[in-house]
Amino acid sequence: MSKSQPTNESEASADTDELSEEASDEQTANKTKGAQSVVTALEKAEVEITFGVQGGAIMPVYDALADSDIHHVSMAHEQGASHAADAYGIVSGKPGVTITTSGPGATNLVTGIADANLDSDPIVSLTGQVPQDMVGNDAFQETNTMGITSPITKANIFATSPDTVGDDVGTALALAAEGRQGPTLVDLPKNVTTSETDVEPSEPTVPEAYQVPPDEADPHSVEAAAEALAAADRPLILSGGGVIKSEASEQLREFAIEYGIPVVTTMPGLGSFPEDNALALEMGGMHGTGYANMALSHCDVLLGIGTRFDDRLTGGIETFAPEAEVIHVDIDPAEISKNIHADYPLIGDAGAVIEQLHGAMPGEPDAEAWRDRTMEWKATYPMGYETPQDEAVKPQFVVEAMNEAAADDAIVTTGVGQHQMWAAQYWTYTEPRTWVSSNGLGTMGYGAPAAVGAKLAAPDTQVIAFEGDGSFLMTSQAIAPAVRENLDITVAILNNSYVGMIRQWQDAFYDERRYESDWDWGPDFATLAEAYGAQGLRAMGYDEVPDVIEEAFAYDGPSVIDFHVDPVADVYPMVPSGGNNAEFALEADHL
Amino acid sequence: MAGPAPEDREKPTGRRNSQGIRIDPQAEAEAKPRRTVISALVDHKPGVLAKVSGLFARRQFNIESLTVGPTVDETMARMTIVVEEPEPGIEQAKRQLRKQVHTWSVREVEGAIERELALIKVDGHDPSGVAALAEMHGGQAVRADDEVVTVELTGTEEEIDAAIAAFEQFGVHEVARTGTAALASGTRSTA
Ligand SMILES: Cc1ncc(C[n+]2csc(CCOP(=O)(O)OP(=O)(O)O)c2C)c(N)n1
Repeated sequence: MSKSQPTNESEASADTDELSEEASDEQTANKTKGAQSVVTALEKAEVEITFGVQGGAIMPVYDALADSDIHHVSMAHEQGASHAADAYGIVSGKPGVTITTSGPGATNLVTGIADANLDSDPIVSLTGQVPQDMVGNDAFQETNTMGITSPITKANIFATSPDTVGDDVGTALALAAEGRQGPTLVDLPKNVTTSETDVEPSEPTVPEAYQVPPDEADPHSVEAAAEALAAADRPLILSGGGVIKSEASEQLREFAIEYGIPVVTTMPGLGSFPEDNALALEMGGMHGTGYANMALSHCDVLLGIGTRFDDRLTGGIETFAPEAEVIHVDIDPAEISKNIHADYPLIGDAGAVIEQLHGAMPGEPDAEAWRDRTMEWKATYPMGYETPQDEAVKPQFVVEAMNEAAADDAIVTTGVGQHQMWAAQYWTYTEPRTWVSSNGLGTMGYGAPAAVGAKLAAPDTQVIAFEGDGSFLMTSQAIAPAVRENLDITVAILNNSYVGMIRQWQDAFYDERRYESDWDWGPDFATLAEAYGAQGLRAMGYDEVPDVIEEAFAYDGPSVIDFHVDPVADVYPMVPSGGNNAEFALEADHL
Repeated sequence: MAGPAPEDREKPTGRRNSQGIRIDPQAEAEAKPRRTVISALVDHKPGVLAKVSGLFARRQFNIESLTVGPTVDETMARMTIVVEEPEPGIEQAKRQLRKQVHTWSVREVEGAIERELALIKVDGHDPSGVAALAEMHGGQAVRADDEVVTVELTGTEEEIDAAIAAFEQFGVHEVARTGTAALASGTRSTA
């Protein structure tokens, strides 16, 4: 293709050109195409599954995929592809891969990439791009994907040659998984994927300049931290998503239990410590438990592991763990003292550093009185809600009923809103990689496509998505591929006919002016589910709840349950944005 | 769900400042900004400068200047970044820069030899006066056109500020400055 061609040519004519070129090249021995190198690189990295949507600029890669054993799942929307890949990455621990086209294909992905970036989830996005000689000319379906994704990727690579494109893909795969995980992207100009090469991609490696983080922290710092922790009267562990990412949940459990240290988790850290253990104070922060926030506010040594001290957790910096010396374990040196100053910075892999700390502990902290206090707080600030049977079903009840009926190791995905918080609060997480949610970006619509990715990563595990009516409406088209793939998932919509979290904030902070939050115009979700080919169910009252859950779980394929719940139930406890964690509100009067 | 209201709970003492450092609740203790020179060796590739400048913009670091140019190793470029930030911000800037995939090394250059180049277009009614003043500031008049004289100067940022102020007596038409380039002194390597 030359520059003299009109830049608004249709995809069809471009693709016909490509087809004739490809046909004439077929006989050449030992030669393959850039697109084949892309696929070979994926195969070498043992990628088993990819998510995406076709398009002109990526057609060569899809064509090469046709001859591969890699399973490609066509999603109905690229945002869904990136969320599915993200969930796949969380559940499997291996990077989730998306393959999509240029322009709108790439821009639709962006929300999912940004989401993965804030949650440090490993995903690799392969995006088609217009041929290099058209780049920058506003060609058909061109966007500056590198420019758009640069601030939200760990690294992005513009492929320039069929000889190196396979290694580019390998690099992206390696980088996504190395150290602090995160999203990477390779932009694939069509001339690169259609041109010939005889170079085989090598094993995936990170670039030479990239600083591979150390596994173990500096031993002197570890010793000092262990001494501080052992000497603490009020020690507390804050377990973040990094604990799960580094497969350190087991070490964390042993450590906390051996030394009798209570554990608060961040939202991404849900499942890193079993919530049915006496030491568990569950989630801290904005909608965390009262006892978690009391403990955070009164501890004297805080061991934060794999957490970036996000503002939803800390509330106002000035009042966060105001009495505590902070030991911060993180694989990313840039996280140390970014938000909360670390008195003891321990840079390394969570699992390795916990073991180091274990080895260095001079003794058990004398913390019995402190543990008793946390127990008292559990009794003083219990999680709970009332269930008058003549009123609408409480959403919290639905979460608990689902939890009771589901398998112990079931995976929960969520959308974003009140339902997400109830799913965090009222489900008992005991295993890592069972909480799959949009923690950092707070992306509505994450739940349904994430359930697709989670189920494909763990086909033998039960997967349940909690969605709000507003949130589900954003990505409900993910039910279509779930039907096509016959994925046995259950989507539970906590339908309150409001964008409820907005309604709650309006009631609390905007004089109850419920402007535009009343979404009583939503579709009938059970019928919508049927239209997609899924099982659609509905529950209007308490007595119907157990039956629909049973029916959904019994069905072999995707089910969607539309639970009509109390439209004005609120999420508590709550720490208003930037507030003091110790001043969490248990009800509206406290705000 | 009942429980004591916020005012009825036991209160922690202590406080952190806005940088997350635990401080004496009575004392005001915000770190003061400090000016420093950070040098980084990065891959000499397209997109790297955009990535770094984007990073600094996004994180709202207070940058005075950022210069970039090739080094003796043609695969590498040196970035010199002058930052004015409180201590934790400087530390963050270095760490964020270090973790970029294309960054080989990052160092804060203490006692750096700093220079910047400036072109100053001065009104030409007194060319010999301009030339003399340029010489006094270690520079030279590099071109005299019809109504203006253009002066070339190198020096530290403050020296150039001072020179520009001095040229005001003739009238300054335009200024172009490169921003600071820096190297560590002696045999110490810079980054
Ligand atoms: C993509 C996106 N747009 C807007 C928001 C802002 N937002 C946060 S929660 C929320 C309401 C969610 O409503 P719904 O899905 O019905 O859940 P509920 O809060 O009622 O459980 C909105 C609009 C968001 N988080 N994500």
